[in-house]
Amino acid sequence: MNSVAFAVIAIFTLVFAVAAATNPRLMHAALSFAVMFVGIAAFFFLLGAEFVGLVQIFVYVGAVAVLIVFTILLTRRDAEERHGFKWGGVVVAIGVFVGLVWAILKTNSLPTLPYLVKAVTVKEIGTTLMTQDVWPLMCVGVLLTAALIGALVLVMEDEP
Amino acid sequence: MIATLQIFLIISAALFSIGLLAALSRRHAIFILIGIEMMLAAANLNFIAFWQFSPVRAPQPVGVMFVIFTIAIAAAEAAVGLAMVIAVYRHFRTTNVDQLTRLKG
Repeated sequence: MNSVAFAVIAIFTLVFAVAAATNPRLMHAALSFAVMFVGIAAFFFLLGAEFVGLVQIFVYVGAVAVLIVFTILLTRRDAEERHGFKWGGVVVAIGVFVGLVWAILKTNSLPTLPYLVKAVTVKEIGTTLMTQDVWPLMCVGVLLTAALIGALVLVMEDEP
Repeated sequence: MIATLQIFLIISAALFSIGLLAALSRRHAIFILIGIEMMLAAANLNFIAFWQFSPVRAPQPVGVMFVIFTIAIAAAEAAVGLAMVIAVYRHFRTTNVDQLTRLKG
């Protein structure tokens, strides 16, 4: 794999993730969040999961980011006042990161295969979804319907 | 630099920690949701990395299937979460989670 491309994508993703997590201006942070997902989709492309990368861009940059921006606009009066920032979270996050990296570096049984993209075709994904994973697919369909109805009920105005 | 599984895992751990930081430190409800989405994305990256670097090649693309279902569930969670933020804002006129103390004992 192209190491330069890999390093560029890694730095891009992490910089926008930090911007999304710490920027005090809500709209800027929400847009950084959307850009971060483009970086994650680029990782999926590098790892040979093109379909998942495209789904990630469609769902997150296309739908979830727009939902978040609309929610910020709908709660705008509140968005202008200052919200606090708890520094305890920074300590916990750094502790978790150090612990995870320590665990990853100490694990000897991780496969150390050379990088080799095994591409997966959309046909394979479709076949698997319709044969082996058909029941999970149905469950996700029911879950999405329930979530859609639930979200509508939650935001519905009471009839006068 | 050669991209190995370990580097992907470390990047994913960094993303997870940044998401955790956003979820724990920010006091705005929407940003707690953003932090949760970031942690889910880190988990997705791990699924794909483990699938791609695994020594045995399963006949079905198992990692891809996991990620597709995770994305669907994360999208449902985001929709319901944002609807709850709007409902809470209508009722309390705030989205600051420190001011939502109605249930505090």
